[in-house]
Amino acid sequence: MSKTRTNIMVCGGTGCLASDSEKVAKNLELIIKARGYEEEAKVIQTGCFGFCEQGPIVKIEPDNVFYVRVGPKDAKDIVDEHIVKGRKVERLLYKEPHHNKKIGKQEDMEFYKKQLRIALRNCGLINPEDIYEYIALGGYEALGKALTQMSRDEVVKEVKESGLRGRGGGGFPTGVKWEITKSQESEVKFIICNADEGDPGAFMDRSILEGDPHSVIEAMAIGGYAIGADKGIVYIRAEYPLAISRLKTAIKQSRELGLLGKNIFDSDFSFDIDIKFGAGAFVCGEETALINSCEGKRGEPDFKPPFPAQEGYWGHPTNVNNVETFANIPPIITKGSEWFSSIGTEKSKGTKVFALAGKINNVGLVEVPMGTTLREIIFDIGGGIQGGKKFKAVQTGGPSGGVITEEYLDTPIDYDSLLSIGSMMGSGGMIVMDETDNMVNIAKFYLEFTMDEACGKCAAGRIGTKRLYEILNKITSGKATMADLDALKQLSYMVKGSSLCGLCQTAPNPIISTMKHFWDEYLAFIKDVDHSQGEGEYDGAKNKDNLMLKA
Amino acid sequence: MKVKSLDELKKIREESLEKVNLREKGDVKGDKVEILVGMSTCGISSGARETLTEFIEEIDKSKINNIKVVPVGCIGYCHSEPTVQVNIPGQKPILYGNVKKDKVHEIFEKHLQNGEVVENMVLDIDFERA
Repeated sequence: MSKTRTNIMVCGGTGCLASDSEKVAKNLELIIKARGYEEEAKVIQTGCFGFCEQGPIVKIEPDNVFYVRVGPKDAKDIVDEHIVKGRKVERLLYKEPHHNKKIGKQEDMEFYKKQLRIALRNCGLINPEDIYEYIALGGYEALGKALTQMSRDEVVKEVKESGLRGRGGGGFPTGVKWEITKSQESEVKFIICNADEGDPGAFMDRSILEGDPHSVIEAMAIGGYAIGADKGIVYIRAEYPLAISRLKTAIKQSRELGLLGKNIFDSDFSFDIDIKFGAGAFVCGEETALINSCEGKRGEPDFKPPFPAQEGYWGHPTNVNNVETFANIPPIITKGSEWFSSIGTEKSKGTKVFALAGKINNVGLVEVPMGTTLREIIFDIGGGIQGGKKFKAVQTGGPSGGVITEEYLDTPIDYDSLLSIGSMMGSGGMIVMDETDNMVNIAKFYLEFTMDEACGKCAAGRIGTKRLYEILNKITSGKATMADLDALKQLSYMVKGSSLCGLCQTAPNPIISTMKHFWDEYLAFIKDVDHSQGEGEYDGAKNKDNLMLKA
Repeated sequence: MKVKSLDELKKIREESLEKVNLREKGDVKGDKVEILVGMSTCGISSGARETLTEFIEEIDKSKINNIKVVPVGCIGYCHSEPTVQVNIPGQKPILYGNVKKDKVHEIFEKHLQNGEVVENMVLDIDFERA
């Protein structure tokens, strides 16, 4: 008996690891060995399945059975019942929150039904620490195709025609960015991967790097070839130790196979990648600040122009793209721009990964085609609001975005539609709030974050965010008057209009949008206005509100 | 070893496929033939585990990749264990009884490769259960 018949896929993403999936995998291996099945069943640690709410996740292949919330003690049942006797362990199957039906197969779950996985294509499918598994699923063929069959112009053209836009938040067309960097005359150019994911509640980039690091390496090499750079840098925050270690392993493996290094695929193109660690400052996600930090300077933004494409890392033309943007590149090269641009809306092509968080049933990572509505994401994929409460608002774009209320839930989401309803795509954080959340507190939370993270280079950002936070604090402690609300509004627009970089230009957005949609909640805190709303359940909670106002 | 051409990469891909071919890939869906092997106590004691492994080896030798072998529980035919059910999409499921290791080759060759049911081993049961 020597043939493997079962792969036991254990999620090895940070979320599941935090709930003991490492021990689950170890126990599974031990028990399998004790039962004498180690030839037939292999335990494989893989990347994030996205369904973090239900972690740790264990998937049995080829049976296609999906177990959720598996603890170290459940390993025995999985081996004895499923692997040895072929019986599903019913109690570990996923139960749909609405109709209490147990579901064994991944594709039958509401959570996965509407998803389309391009950037996350290998997450949960392969062992991220094994380059051969990546190659088995077509990995590095895009790089081979680009280097041996396509000219640099053709690569740029393919990416441009695909309509791919930057997934870090700005939404700038990636192909155009590559074209600009390519057209710069310089001996030395750089390509940088921005893995400084700073939005509270966002973990798309981390999961891609943890689950499929080779896709990013391959794409950086393709990008390097296209723009004429022989050096790549991954700028990643030091708080992502697992992503860093998997990335290091992946880079080492690529070098061993000659997929990084000199004369890749026997062409005259050479390329290698370095890793630079960030200390976790939000502003370092801004590309000029990121480049400063890479150079060992303070992570502060510079005035643009010159853009990094003109004068970037050590003054050389530099192309900065986000992790998720890169993850989309290999499929575009192998399957073609036409295939990619057939997905999505008119101006936003492809898919977008969102990190669902907050008061939602299915917290996790989802990837949907552009043009999916917020309602589908929150109620179909996300399973609705926790505890049967009522939906109030969803914040997209993290601290730079705004809240979106119920009336806009049917907007098909893409870069432009989100801007038109007063929010933004951002990097893909999606925080859902229910009826018990107070929106002034939400705005205060975000301002506290941006106040801390503002680098201090420009006065508007440094002092403005501080004063905004102070006014919000005054409001929530019930000491503010109508004049303070006016001041808050005025200052918001001032900070928005006069800050140096994107961080503080967008920092007042949570205030502006909550004031627009939830003015009554601001009024409720004002001492010269008699109004009865505040935090907590609205009906019958008047006393509590009054107490809060007096406090 | 360094990869020097696209062909070399494709060769590595071929060699690595067995690492992942048990898994459900995103773009290959639908027409999978299923071989269900009864693996309850009675099945195992009659040699179901050997039967199952034999199927895996046959599949591996034949390089057919749309067949998956799934261990399942007892269906109540303990007198005829090991039992093997073959599900071909669009066809009535066929249940075989007494499939010891040495019978696997015949079923595989006749039924799965050439589409003819091995009548003398079929257990006559009706799948139209309530």
